[in-house]
Amino acid sequence: MRHAAILRLAIIAAIVALLELLSRSGVISRFVAPPPSEIAVDLVRLLTSDRVQAAIAQTLSKITIACGAAIVVGTALGVLIHRSRALAQTLSPYFGAYYAVPIYAFYPLMIAIFGIGEAPQIVIGFMLAIVAVIVNTINALDRIPRVLRKTVAIYGMGSIEASWNVYLPYAGPYLATGIKLAVAYSFIGVIGAEFIMSRIGIGHEIVFAYNNFDNEVMYPLILFVLLVAGTINGLFSAWEKRLLGRRSRS
Amino acid sequence: MNMAARIAEAHVGLTGVTRVFGSDPQTQVKALGPIELELRKGEFFAVVGPSGCGKSTLFDIVAGLSPATSGKVTFEGRPLTGSAVPDGIGVVFQEDASFPWLTVADNVAFGIRRAGLSEAEVSRRVTATLALMGLADFAKAYPAQLSGGMRQRVCIARTLVQRPRLILLDEPFGALDQQTRLIMGEELLKLWRETGATILLITHALDEAAMLADRIGVMSARPGRILDIVETPWGIERDSRVVSDPRFGDITGRLWSRLREESMAALATAGQ
Repeated sequence: MRHAAILRLAIIAAIVALLELLSRSGVISRFVAPPPSEIAVDLVRLLTSDRVQAAIAQTLSKITIACGAAIVVGTALGVLIHRSRALAQTLSPYFGAYYAVPIYAFYPLMIAIFGIGEAPQIVIGFMLAIVAVIVNTINALDRIPRVLRKTVAIYGMGSIEASWNVYLPYAGPYLATGIKLAVAYSFIGVIGAEFIMSRIGIGHEIVFAYNNFDNEVMYPLILFVLLVAGTINGLFSAWEKRLLGRRSRS
Repeated sequence: MNMAARIAEAHVGLTGVTRVFGSDPQTQVKALGPIELELRKGEFFAVVGPSGCGKSTLFDIVAGLSPATSGKVTFEGRPLTGSAVPDGIGVVFQEDASFPWLTVADNVAFGIRRAGLSEAEVSRRVTATLALMGLADFAKAYPAQLSGGMRQRVCIARTLVQRPRLILLDEPFGALDQQTRLIMGEELLKLWRETGATILLITHALDEAAMLADRIGVMSARPGRILDIVETPWGIERDSRVVSDPRFGDITGRLWSRLREESMAALATAGQ
């Protein structure tokens, strides 16, 4: 396992080193792809800029709202749908096909409904994230064994106490999968929406820099998005792995 | 306490207990009864019967997990309604019911912590119960790190720590191999002697019932009734060595002679 992690890091380091070499040697134009070391230096510089800080704060706020709402509403809907077998069977094909639908195609509709502002971007992030939470909540609840439900009855627990003390802890690792996906999808949804319908935010800053051939802003911000998304995903994966690690034989 | 004193007092009573599933007379299933049975205080009583005869239904009714359709169930003279599990009854299932997100010690402490005992008392009881169950070295382990037999010990410990006066066991060793079952059976007998609790064991294994129980109730095919009650001669200090006693074969033989036709009837019903 440790070897695999080292290998994964080595692959990334090799790609970065190759890009550095190709860019500095002129094989790839510095204008098309600057050396990664320069992108990193530019990123540090950009992070002190008020404009970029405001864009980052704006984007992360929208992602937090979209993701938080998707987790709360998606978990509640997942619990409700799980209670009705007929409803779960009816909706299951829709959930299966949901991610085949390009949500961005609805952005004119979002603007018509929610107006020009932050709301449509948050809604797109929310819409992308929520189904992952619903599906993983239903999956998590499906996994609770009958004997645990009987144990809950033996202890005379009410539904809230049982959910809090038994069902949620049991389902934790599977719910964590839904939360991890919700974070990833809300990142994609919000930043993607900022590309096409925003005047502030990281997505907007990347598009603005692209349209103005401003590689000293565009590449560092792309790197920033990669670093933030990768770090958050890595943290959730580690949490999920830790929870699952207690369930498997060491 | 001697054996005679232990069994002098009736502990659990079932009078005319039936269980019918479904309300439509055309499709309803008569799963159980009528059952007439009395468990004596401090005795080890086993129930054997063919598959699908209603053993688990009987277990659920006595555990308070499911109501009887008719009849009366009492525990220490008080009626059981099937809507809640009363204090003093501990339950161990066949399946692993340990909580995988808690350590062994926290699993064992779960019920008494919930009951509001002080942390000092929880700690004292958990330590004593882990020692009794041979789990002291595994207090900080998670269930997934233990074997199936040890996980079942955790579940038994979680029940024992609450000091139940009646312990209900639904095929608790059903998922274990034969040698582990014999060892776990010996440990169960030791715990029974030390706690003085009444035990009701549901099992499909005739040898397990013959080795462990003072009395064995033989159930009919569905709807399950008590056909016969077989007494064993082992005495309270018994252990797994009784399997080599010539009388052991007589007991299992008698059980099987009562069960053979019922098992065939159950198989015929299942095949219809």
